[in-house]
Amino acid sequence: MKLKKNFDGLDFLQNNLVPLMFIIICAVCIPLSGFSASYLINEIVTRMGRNIFLILSLLIPIMAGMGLNFGMTLGAMAGQVALIFVTDWQIWGIPGVVLAMILSVPVSVLLGLLCGKLMNMAKGREMILGYMMNYFVTGLYQLVVLYFMASIIPIRHASIRLPRGFGIRTTVNLANMRQCLDNEFAILYKGVKIPVLNFIIIGVMCLIIIWFRRTKLGQDMRAVGQDMEVAQAAGINVDRTRIISIIISTVFAGFGQIIYLQNIGNFPTYTAHSQIGMFCIAALLVGGASVEKASIGNVFLGVILFHTMFIVAPRAGVAITGDAMIGEYFRVFVSYGVITLALVMYEIKKRRARSQGGELLAQAQRARREGGAQS
Amino acid sequence: MTNNGTPLLRMQNIKKDFFGNQVLTDINFTLEAGQVLGLCGENGAGKSTLMKILFGMDVIRETGGYDGDVLLNGQKTEFKTPFDALAAGIGMVHQEFSLIPGFTATENILLNREPKKKNVISEVFGDRLNTLDYKEMDRRSGEAIRKMGVEIDAGMTISSMPVGHKQFTEIARELSKDQLKLLILDEPTAVLTEKEAEALLESIRNMAAQGIAVIFITHRLHEILAVCDKVVVMRDGYVVKDVPAAEASVSDITRWMVGREVQKAAAAPAEPVRAENRDARVVMSIRNLWVDMPGETVRDVSLDIRDGEIFGIGGLAGQGKLGIPNGIMGLYQAGGTVEFDGKPIQLNSPRKCLDASLAFVSEDRRGVGLLLDESLEWNVAFPAMQIQNKFLKKYGPVRWRDEKAIHAVTKKYIDALEIKCTSSRQNARELSGGNQQKICLAKAFALEPRFLFVSEPTRGIDVGAKALVLDALKRFNRESGVTVVMISSELEELRQTCDRIAIISGGQVAGILPAADSSEDFGALMVSKVI
Repeated sequence: MKLKKNFDGLDFLQNNLVPLMFIIICAVCIPLSGFSASYLINEIVTRMGRNIFLILSLLIPIMAGMGLNFGMTLGAMAGQVALIFVTDWQIWGIPGVVLAMILSVPVSVLLGLLCGKLMNMAKGREMILGYMMNYFVTGLYQLVVLYFMASIIPIRHASIRLPRGFGIRTTVNLANMRQCLDNEFAILYKGVKIPVLNFIIIGVMCLIIIWFRRTKLGQDMRAVGQDMEVAQAAGINVDRTRIISIIISTVFAGFGQIIYLQNIGNFPTYTAHSQIGMFCIAALLVGGASVEKASIGNVFLGVILFHTMFIVAPRAGVAITGDAMIGEYFRVFVSYGVITLALVMYEIKKRRARSQGGELLAQAQRARREGGAQS
Repeated sequence: MTNNGTPLLRMQNIKKDFFGNQVLTDINFTLEAGQVLGLCGENGAGKSTLMKILFGMDVIRETGGYDGDVLLNGQKTEFKTPFDALAAGIGMVHQEFSLIPGFTATENILLNREPKKKNVISEVFGDRLNTLDYKEMDRRSGEAIRKMGVEIDAGMTISSMPVGHKQFTEIARELSKDQLKLLILDEPTAVLTEKEAEALLESIRNMAAQGIAVIFITHRLHEILAVCDKVVVMRDGYVVKDVPAAEASVSDITRWMVGREVQKAAAAPAEPVRAENRDARVVMSIRNLWVDMPGETVRDVSLDIRDGEIFGIGGLAGQGKLGIPNGIMGLYQAGGTVEFDGKPIQLNSPRKCLDASLAFVSEDRRGVGLLLDESLEWNVAFPAMQIQNKFLKKYGPVRWRDEKAIHAVTKKYIDALEIKCTSSRQNARELSGGNQQKICLAKAFALEPRFLFVSEPTRGIDVGAKALVLDALKRFNRESGVTVVMISSELEELRQTCDRIAIISGGQVAGILPAADSSEDFGALMVSKVI
């Protein structure tokens, strides 16, 4: 008996439900919003440059079977701490960005190590653990930034200190760093600004990920991701491999957050990181990734669809209801919705794969009986 | 390397006890390079423990180590972990597969031993960032597969392979290790089809010809005679016989294993088969059943089972006989109609079946059958308690476990089935395979069902225990009037026990014959519809 290999419309629909849904939403909203093509493309290209690096940082833990890493928020916090120091030291432009990246590494590694160790204690529940750890580490972050900075940790510049003398102001201004990466080698083409350096960095990151899959460590992570016990029996240090994957993710998330914030040009000190994990994960899922499988293609498609929706939804909201807030509302609602849907779909797909064989059997039986009746 | 006169492996006065329970006593034997040693013995004879000692498994150290010496090439060795054993050139293929499902055969064969290429980044950050050398991997896995002498597709992912090829992948993995000198195969043919088993025996001969020593553990005695140079028979923790294979026969080995004359039962039905009772009413009728059980697919099976009979279901491995009970009891997805006692049974719902007074002794005793880390009492009484509220005392609204009744019933079955244990409170995990099987039966008996499915009741059980288990089933059937459906790969055992036997082939019923019919007739049915 041969399994049918021809294109199955329903199957395709179920496997790509989320991306298809978003394509439809975007297709409806784009004409409603009334944006010009060049404006829209310009916005999307800018946001791709801003966001893709962060989302790429999610790929490696998925490969190691640790699911969607909400722990990336820890890296984002590390990036922010580094940016605060760099701002205080008044090192601007690309050197400032590079220095911030370097400074973020030890903090990211430390937090990643902590996160990885805890996740090894709660195998199979990495996602919820990472999510909860965000809240916990956010508390530590607030303690450090709100009380320790400028009291224990020297902060020289009054401009970023709170008026009471210690703690950091609610917004850190990165005006002198704003879009320094985006503007380097930027090309203007028919009203669309292409941030070439940003895309080069993203390209290099993609190559690193592709290369990484071919390394021994990458192979070990794939093995650990599929079956921890077998990997252990083959002598792979499972716990260590998992920790390394989380550390890599956290470090890259730190870089990603720095790239993201330099593009925006300022950040709310206490909340900039809070939703970043969720939005990145939502974007990745919109691109068609699942809990156990994600590719670079998913990242690019996801960013384009997710951000297109963000750009056009407020204006489309105005066109339909007369209220721009509907766009922001939509953004949060959709993000949570997509993550929930992806988690449910993951379970359904697993179950469907099991029941599919049964359906085939029932079908074959029916066919045989009909054939018998005719003859 | 191998000095003349010094054997590759010498086990000297090996002793081992678990919590005061002596399981190995004065084990002595030797093995030369290129020799194949067949190790057999009843369940609980100590084969597994002995191999665990040789392979340096953690459980041995955790339970206080062992006495005696293991000599490799004349040198005393004591492995602290399996990795030490691997490094010393000992490979082991376990009964359970240890493979990464989404990897290809090549990736699995070389798992964690992949050939690598250095690069600039790995110079800085360490060896783990070396890239894999895919060409070299293909070459080495190809070489290992050639060494084994069985063709498997090195580029195929494990999850899409038939069971037999998974087993061969495991063996190829051991063979790909250059230092391999001694390979332990623990019941490797249990999951193979006849043809695959034949190929495996051939590959064992190949390995031996290349100077690799093999310890081959199996219950299929003719396989031992076919490939082994010598046979070591164990019983109750002693080596009772160590002879060249040429001087042994199946009946000799069986006699040594059980230490008594096996009744001639093996050849013919033990008691005259009851005349087929055509008048008995049909208690279960199965119509157009399909079951999606991986490796045991059932396609369109219709059967009528009569009240009070022992009905056998036989057939070759992988033809679907195991799928029938698993499907009806709701463990795998199934469709079609099943009526029990005139009432339809809802498929895909285990609880409904149990409520209808059906019981099932699964072939998967570790996975489905037993709570391994609970006491025997708990294992025997749990389903009855859960489903029928037995062994419970009522005090107003509160229900308590009736420990006394539980103890009594467990004791009864321990005696009736001759279960070897230290007490009824021992954990199920600590029993040997055969005794675990008996506990599974006791559990089903305690439910006092009206209808019992027994799947592979004697798989992995030694000859002595086999007779006991089959006897217990028969008694249960005769005395309590329970209808029993027994599924087994061993035709002789079905013919000894059952009234009628259905042979499943290619997922369908190839035919139903009375047990007294000749083996040839059954054999013809078995292969009639093989896919």
